Amino acid sequence: MATASRVLGWLAALGLAGGLAMGFGVAPRETTQGFVQRIMYLHVPTAWVAYLAFGVVFVASIVYLARRTDAADRVAHASAEVGVVFTGLTIAAGSIWGKPTWGTWWTWDARLTSVAVLFVMYLGYLLLRGMIEEPERGARYAAVLGIIAALDVPLVHFSVYWWRTLHQPPSVMKPGAPTMPPVILATLLVNVVAFTLLYLYFVTKRVELLRREQEARLA
Amino acid sequence: MSFARRAWAVTWKDVLVERRSKETLNALVFFALLLLFAFQFALGPDRDRLAQAMPGLLWLGFILSGLLGLGRTFVTERENDCWEALLLTPGDKSAVYVGKLAGNLLLMFTVEALLIALFAVFFNVDLSAALPALTLVVALGTVGLAAVGTLFAAMTANIRARELLFPILLLPVQVPVLLGTVKATEAVLAGEPLAAVAQWLKLLVAADLIYVVSGLLTFDFILEG
Repeated sequence: MATASRVLGWLAALGLAGGLAMGFGVAPRETTQGFVQRIMYLHVPTAWVAYLAFGVVFVASIVYLARRTDAADRVAHASAEVGVVFTGLTIAAGSIWGKPTWGTWWTWDARLTSVAVLFVMYLGYLLLRGMIEEPERGARYAAVLGIIAALDVPLVHFSVYWWRTLHQPPSVMKPGAPTMPPVILATLLVNVVAFTLLYLYFVTKRVELLRREQEARLA
Repeated sequence: MSFARRAWAVTWKDVLVERRSKETLNALVFFALLLLFAFQFALGPDRDRLAQAMPGLLWLGFILSGLLGLGRTFVTERENDCWEALLLTPGDKSAVYVGKLAGNLLLMFTVEALLIALFAVFFNVDLSAALPALTLVVALGTVGLAAVGTLFAAMTANIRARELLFPILLLPVQVPVLLGTVKATEAVLAGEPLAAVAQWLKLLVAADLIYVVSGLLTFDFILEG
């Protein structure tokens, strides 16, 4: 377990270094947006990791309720924590990009709004976990909330999308151009893989920490 | 006892307790009236502005009353040490969920009917033409609100900071219901036919189904201990 985690850590570091080098060195400067476009190489991977993390919370929650294995609960807990951090990063990076590009830090665009709702939903999940003293009950309640929250994600997505688009067509965040230059696409993919490895590294570390905390409590 | 009988026992007990103590309903009606005052003061006397904001205000009123009312779902059980009695319910615990949900719907519908009447009087709007469509929208939204509210009330019942945690958990999950109902209410009050907001109604029906079914399936895990 420890070696696996170490290998993951080094792979993630390697991937991030490669992604960084490609993002700043290899990928060309975008003509219309300029230098700031490079934030995409951070923004898209963190957004992907956030959704991945909450998907893992959903699956781990179901596994916990069905099997009652502490390991599943620890995975859900760790994944939710990492997911919230990466959602925050996504919003922050998006804001930094939005200011020079759209001229505003924040707009109630469909995608921004649904990510923001996701953020507060899983912050609430972590709050619930923090407020229950008995570990077994906390795990059970959190699992129920993890399932409800995940089922809510598509509803949030559609409602927020209609809410904005019925009103006005998306003027700022149109779907990306279908043809992306291969260099940019490759840079993006390297970063997505690197951040996924980073996510896995964080989760294994956090799971291990949670396991030791539990052992210390029982000892 | 059949599922329906067990659910009914819970609802009837709550209705009886409420009829005798009138604790929640009286306070909620008074609270709704105060909300109306607050909205009036916040927006000023401009009739057009009030009419424009009305769908949002109406649902803000329902949600705020719901946060107070639904949060108290399990207060009698907790304060009178009857939580164990709920746990001892024979058979499937989802009957308790259905019973509590039915009680909550009764409470919410009563408060909502009153709030709508108060709005019509104090904001001087004629709602009679829109009433049938409005009733449908309100019913769909309330089922979604109460279905999650009842589940989360059970979840937070035994936590010290429950008054704080309950709205924090409920509000983000209710975003689709809030958006759907406000949009549909807006259209209905503007005299548009229900067909114009069909996709919102479909979303509300889908949300209600998802919430009620997941409540039924997961309530057992909440009431375990």
